[in-house]
Amino acid sequence: MTAIAPSESTKLRAQTPGSMALKRFLRHRLAVVGLVLLGVIVLLVIFGPLIARFGPDEIDLLARNQPPGGAHWLGTDPTGRDILARTLSAGRVSLMVGLFSTLISVVIGTTLGALAGYFGGWVDNVIMRFVDVVMTFPSIVVLLTLAAIVGPGIDKTIIIIGVLGWPLAARLVRAKLLSVRELDFISAATALGANDRRILLRHALPNVIDVLVVFVSLGVASGILTEAGLSFLGLGVQPPQASWGNLLSSAREINILESYVWQWMPAGLLIILTVLATNFLGDGLRDALDPKAKQ
Amino acid sequence: MGLYTLRRLLVSIPLLLVISAVVFTLLQFTPGDPLDAYIPPDQVLSAQQREILKIDLGLDQSKPVQYFKWLGRAVQGDLGYRIKNGQPVLAELGRRLPPTLLLMGLGMTVGVVLGIFFGIIAAVKRYTLLDNTLTFLAFLGISTPAFLAGLLGMYVFALKLGWFPAGGYQTPGQGGVLDILRHLILPAIILSVTYIAILMRYTRSSVLEVLFQDYVRTASAKGVRSYRVIAKHVLRNALIPVVTVIGANIANLIGGAVFLESIFSWPGTGQLYLDAIDSRDYPMIMGTTLILAIIILLANLITDLLYGLIDPRIRFS
Repeated sequence: MTAIAPSESTKLRAQTPGSMALKRFLRHRLAVVGLVLLGVIVLLVIFGPLIARFGPDEIDLLARNQPPGGAHWLGTDPTGRDILARTLSAGRVSLMVGLFSTLISVVIGTTLGALAGYFGGWVDNVIMRFVDVVMTFPSIVVLLTLAAIVGPGIDKTIIIIGVLGWPLAARLVRAKLLSVRELDFISAATALGANDRRILLRHALPNVIDVLVVFVSLGVASGILTEAGLSFLGLGVQPPQASWGNLLSSAREINILESYVWQWMPAGLLIILTVLATNFLGDGLRDALDPKAKQ
Repeated sequence: MGLYTLRRLLVSIPLLLVISAVVFTLLQFTPGDPLDAYIPPDQVLSAQQREILKIDLGLDQSKPVQYFKWLGRAVQGDLGYRIKNGQPVLAELGRRLPPTLLLMGLGMTVGVVLGIFFGIIAAVKRYTLLDNTLTFLAFLGISTPAFLAGLLGMYVFALKLGWFPAGGYQTPGQGGVLDILRHLILPAIILSVTYIAILMRYTRSSVLEVLFQDYVRTASAKGVRSYRVIAKHVLRNALIPVVTVIGANIANLIGGAVFLESIFSWPGTGQLYLDAIDSRDYPMIMGTTLILAIIILLANLITDLLYGLIDPRIRFS
């Protein structure tokens, strides 16, 4: 039996969980499409000021309500501002609100969920009762009422949406932690004398990241939708600052809805595309990172 | 079943109290003198009369006492008066609730029926073009916020195609059931889109799970025709988790109704709510919040009870 010297073609490639997950992800055509689509939208939105030839707040009363074509690629609004510029600038705002509100939900939810999942006992009971109550509460109603009392504005909107989203994150983190804490390496760490804080931060929580990644992707989608809804009603982002929601609110008037389609449709289409992309992405991520999880 | 019902009812009561407490707490943060909410605007009271009213309403006492007095008044139907036009809050709500219930009822019925129907088709014909198309449409449905669907729907079907009136409850000067129905159909269908999208996916996966169970195979092997197999064996079991999904999304339905009522000028509770928010009419806002929360709580309770009815295993958990 001749020994075969290892060469490039016969060397075994180590399969890390990361690369396996990546392979599973890439098999999902829709998820890849979602990722690409989202990437395109994010790039468009970030480089908006370079793409659009006008500023989002440049008023030009001589060019009011122009349909698409000519200098203004997507037309103008009632004060002559370029729709393309406004829509892209609005995208920045909407995406930011979606992202940061989800981050708030993640921070609060992970903290509470980790405490509940890791320590169990009465801590778990108290926290989960709290989560149940907050989850049962109809979020739309609370959302609108809070927004009415607290007032509009980007920061307040981010906080309100974030504060309403944490219960789901807490539940997901807790569930994951309940299974993680039974694993051997946790017992090993305890046996070696690690205190609770070290175990949580260094060993348990890093394993929760896959659940959180899925949550973030779906949470951003949900945050964008919620911001759009609030701004549409006048409670979220205020003009002149554009957001996809308040660009759509101009369509509340029937004559704008009917006659000036270009003023609101781009924002609407972008919302649908972004949320669709994020949903595909989130679905793909969920299947890639945790194939055992049932739909 | 009786014990299960009792348990669910008992759990609902503290929840109701918590909701009322939250509403009351939010009420404390609204600007304005809470006393003014209980004075009909056509009456002007002297300072002394205001003092007397204040003591009578319990507003000079501690917050917990105030809460109970407020609760007592609310239960008797006294939610104060609107700042805007001085009408009693509960009366306004009473007027606006039926159209909303109509809209939600039709929307939910259409949504549930079509959602389950398409879900079954997608499951039975899985991986075919039909299934993929339906799944994609379902994704589209979840990705579109209610108000956007409403705007698009109104644009395409009412303004451009002219199939339906562009909003309102009835044509001025006409009226009658058929006319109202014409105005109801478009917003109701758009409202149902959310349910159709969500239910389609859940029904599909639930039916798929059941389709490969042994008892289905047995029925099929015994010679029961496909259609009967689906209707009698598969559906009854597959629909169990679907009922929960229906209940869980009722809050979404109400949210959607709020937006759609605004877009289609449908004179319901949602429109009332938004109007109150616009004019910072806090007694109205709080009253509506309380009523909406109670409705959602009731809906969840009914869903739980239905779930217990359909799936006997739940009653003993």
